[in-house]
Amino acid sequence: MTMKLLIIGNGMVGHKLLEALQERQPRGLDITVLCEESRPAYDRVHLSDFFSTKSAADLSLVTPGFFERPGLHLRLATQAAHIDRQHKRVTTVAGEVIAYDKLVLATGSKPFVPPIPGNERPGCFVYRTIDDLLAIQAWGARSKVGVVVGGGLLGLECAKALRDLGLETHVVEFAPRLMAVQVDDIGGSMLRRRIEALGVTVHTGKSTKAIVDGHATCHRMSFADGSHLDVDMIVFSAGIRPRDELARQCELGVGERGGIHVDNYCRTRDWDVYAIGECAYWGGKTFGLVAPGYDMARVVAAHLSALLERKAALQLPEFAGADMSTKLKLMGVDVASIGDAHGATPGARSYQFSDERRQIYKKLVVSEDGKHLLGGVLIGDASEYGTLLQMLLNDIELPDEPEFLILPSADGKAKPSLGVDALQASAQICSCNNVSNGQLCDAVAAGATSIGALKSMTKAGTTCGGCVPLITQVMKAHMKRQGLAVNNHLCEHFAYSRQELYHLVSVERVRHFEELIARHGKGLGCDICKPTVASILASHWNEFVLQKEHASLQDSNDYFLANIQKDGTYSVVPRMAGGEVTPDGLMAVGAVAKKYGLYTKITGGQRVDMFGARLEQLPLIWEELMAAGFESGHAYGKAVRTVKSCVGSTWCRYGVQDSVGLAIDLENRYKGLRAPHKLKFGVSGCTRECAEAQGKDVGVIATDKGWNLYVCGNGGMKPRHAELLAVDLDAPTLIRYIDRFLMFYIRTADRLQRTSVWRDNLEGGLDYLKDVVIHDRLGLAAELEAQMQHVVNTYECEWKKAVTDPHTRKRFQHFVNSHAPDSNVMFVPERGQIRPATLDEKRVRPIPIRVTTE
Amino acid sequence: MEDTVTAQGWILVCELKDIVPNTGVCALIDEGQVAIFRVGEREVYALDNYDPNANASVLSRGLIGTVGGRLVVASPLYKQHFDLRTGECLQAPEHSVRAWQVKLQDECILLGPPLQ
Ligand code: SRM
Ligand SMILES: Cc1cc2nc3c(=O)[nH]c(=O)nc-3n(C[C@H](O)[C@H](O)[C@H](O)COP(=O)(O)OP(=O)(O)OC[C@H]3O[C@@H](n4cnc5c(N)ncnc54)[C@H](O)[C@@H]3O)c2cc1C
Ligand code: SF4
Ligand code: FES
Repeated sequence: MTMKLLIIGNGMVGHKLLEALQERQPRGLDITVLCEESRPAYDRVHLSDFFSTKSAADLSLVTPGFFERPGLHLRLATQAAHIDRQHKRVTTVAGEVIAYDKLVLATGSKPFVPPIPGNERPGCFVYRTIDDLLAIQAWGARSKVGVVVGGGLLGLECAKALRDLGLETHVVEFAPRLMAVQVDDIGGSMLRRRIEALGVTVHTGKSTKAIVDGHATCHRMSFADGSHLDVDMIVFSAGIRPRDELARQCELGVGERGGIHVDNYCRTRDWDVYAIGECAYWGGKTFGLVAPGYDMARVVAAHLSALLERKAALQLPEFAGADMSTKLKLMGVDVASIGDAHGATPGARSYQFSDERRQIYKKLVVSEDGKHLLGGVLIGDASEYGTLLQMLLNDIELPDEPEFLILPSADGKAKPSLGVDALQASAQICSCNNVSNGQLCDAVAAGATSIGALKSMTKAGTTCGGCVPLITQVMKAHMKRQGLAVNNHLCEHFAYSRQELYHLVSVERVRHFEELIARHGKGLGCDICKPTVASILASHWNEFVLQKEHASLQDSNDYFLANIQKDGTYSVVPRMAGGEVTPDGLMAVGAVAKKYGLYTKITGGQRVDMFGARLEQLPLIWEELMAAGFESGHAYGKAVRTVKSCVGSTWCRYGVQDSVGLAIDLENRYKGLRAPHKLKFGVSGCTRECAEAQGKDVGVIATDKGWNLYVCGNGGMKPRHAELLAVDLDAPTLIRYIDRFLMFYIRTADRLQRTSVWRDNLEGGLDYLKDVVIHDRLGLAAELEAQMQHVVNTYECEWKKAVTDPHTRKRFQHFVNSHAPDSNVMFVPERGQIRPATLDEKRVRPIPIRVTTE
Repeated sequence: MEDTVTAQGWILVCELKDIVPNTGVCALIDEGQVAIFRVGEREVYALDNYDPNANASVLSRGLIGTVGGRLVVASPLYKQHFDLRTGECLQAPEHSVRAWQVKLQDECILLGPPLQ
């Protein structure tokens, strides 16, 4: 038997249903999907990233090839207009008629636009789809002032988007406080202050009467209290309404405030029609979050599969409601609301903590007997969210003094954490993907002993990411229980992570490897720990890497201050800060390359690389380069490499700042800084981004007000866009932030971990990074800056030291007992330059190399 | 320095102080290139300098250390480990190299014939 399944809506939940069905692969299913939007399902939860880091393609939820399988038909840009339940068919707006056996409504919600006269004027928008965002972006480019109507969750997210577009941003809220649904009065005012500090003007208790023509601006909003606000664009974000119009039309039964009535199997009163996601109304309410919708999708997938396989419906999963606790980052401010946040339960008692200076507010609501958590509010720092939520959901008994759950610990001691061991196997850890404690445990037992592996095996943590800290805890606990070492030891010689070693070096003021291994390690060391410790020592003390105590720790590239090539020769890369080079400089480089017969190439890092230098030639080559004013380019080190620049305002007709000047300043400031891995920068003179700064560890893009700072981008094997850390900085602030960012990375990253991977593993994510770098949450800023200043002050060109120090210079020789060159190095000509001879070529026609060792 | 063949057939290749502790150098002898390593202050080892994994003469420039208790040098090119005492390549035994006899006498390093 074939079942014709028709799904209306390919939003997040409709698509989850397709995935869940695909997983079960029941036989005999022919699926048609009507998707009103012009693109298939995408991640609406991260919609706002479209403005900062993600393209429409990045947001897509559709895995490649998903819709290309037989029996699955996707109809894009097709809106259902009418349901004929009697004949079981649906008519589209274009008039097409599609028959079904089973119908699923997954139509989501639409933004509610308050009935204010003038609300349909051009320049009025809503915030729900990628198309909405494209329209906002286009209009925003021509606007100066924007307002969001609605100070709830989405309204604030939307305000951030407007601010990121560079608009003067206002939020108008009807209620007397922000986020009235989730937080209480004190929380609301704390939130308001934090958000105003970010440059958004908040107007609460304002009701808009009309929108009319503005004077200098497009619109004027007139308020009931007689005041007004002149703006260029308006975004309505005043709540959502379920899209139940099709259901109303075919009389399926809807809730008082909208939403399609469904039972525990998400069936409507017509058992051939289901409704899931935000359009469904269950147990007296609708659910405006994605996790309950995903649950519904799984319920329906199981139900449909059972019908096809003719299994009894008794053991089927049922929808059982959902916890509406939420944690969000609004404009970089953590906001969480858990359970009964307002303390509405009879007898409920509450604990509150507020810190005016750091603008943190926390509240716990506990049961009358003080034994159970009922709810809570966290603003400014939501690090306890996961723990509190688990306590609520699993009804875990509270410690005797529950207030310590939210109080900061002055002595740095760990807070009473939720013993993850106390969690039942059935406890749900990742609500987005419905992954339980037990499933995580099984995955760990099956070998998933890193967060990455656990994510790909269970999907936990892959949607909103809010559960990742908890998943990490659970993983470590399970590993311990299984006797698996939770091991981040550097190597067999040091039972410490790189971060811990850095700490030891810094606290105990260790200056040499010998000292460190004697005190904290064992054995001789190896090719893992030696370069790592060498790098830590260099970041911290910045002593010459080739001095006696450090020389033997260096990897070949650092030992000879050049990159080894496949044939054992080396490359030479002089620094050309910002990619700028004078004609004389270019000629000097050319003359050296010609004299020593080197292969010459422009690198991907805006400078010139000369290849094919033999060990004994390196000091000679560098002497000549230094005489022409060049310095080491550190192409060999895990160190700052290049600051790529675009030509900027000096020449370019679009440039708004001097990007070359800044790039050179940055490169000169940070040159030679040793780090866990190499560091690359980019500086672009305007938003066209010709320097590709967003692909760099540190990216800077000029604005007409200053500089925007991006961090943790990467090209290479796994490209990652950098994220916006701070906007419109003046140069001194920019440099302070970069100092802090780099030193914080250097202190805490793993060995050979680029900033991108470090960032992906950073608990607390970008917001935590902002807290540390901008708000100085760890109180470390001054120390980080001072340490960077030490490195800057002690900079010396390594090649200069190497050629002038006779002991070091002596090492640049292939043979300890002869001046002869390595006869195994041979070149052949190609395109007018040299290249290493292949093995066959070496056998057939050895070509003697030119030796310049005057 | 000139090569000096001693009475026992050992070749004087360099002085101990020519090698930075825990690094290597390369010596040129009639048979080819030999990498000589100084471990700690006074231990010396010698291997072929040619790395068969990379087809390049580079082993003298590798980092010295221990792996599972075995004293090794890591090739600077692709990081395979070679046992300093036997020349065995830990990751690719088919690419092992010869170990040479070497000794310290009067602060000089003397190279003998390959082991076995
Ligand atoms: C020379 C150059 C290629 C060229 O001819 O253009 C180059 C050459 C090498 N790159 Fe690169 N990379 C060069 C630009 C890049 C770029 C482009 C850029 O910087 O804008 C990238 C991507 C950007 C990035 O890093 O995010 C790049 C990503 C890599 C990676 C991958 C890093 C990653 O995070 O995935 C490696 C491998 C590694 O570092 O572990 C690598 C490693 C290497 C090594 C060091 C491989 C090796 O160990 O031998 C090559 C050394 C060649 C030498 O002797 O100089 N190279 N490499 C470029 C030197 C730039 C310079 O002036 O210093
Ligand atoms: C900016 C933003 C931020 C959010 N942040 C979060 C968050 O942090 N956490 C969270 O849990 N949730 C968040 N949400 C809510 C979350 O996106 C929704 O809960 C989720 O998308 C609901 O999925 P759905 O499939 O029910 O509806 P939707 O994703 O809206 O999909 C419904 C689809 O059906 C289509 N459709 C409707 N009618 C028809 C028709 N007649 N014919 C054809 N197609 C039709 C619509 O065009 C739409 O594409 C956020 C939402 C927004 C807009
Ligand atoms: S891409 Fe690969 S081959 Fe090319 S330079 Fe970089 S590391 Fe070498
Ligand atoms: S709870 Fe959202 S990804 Fe796990």
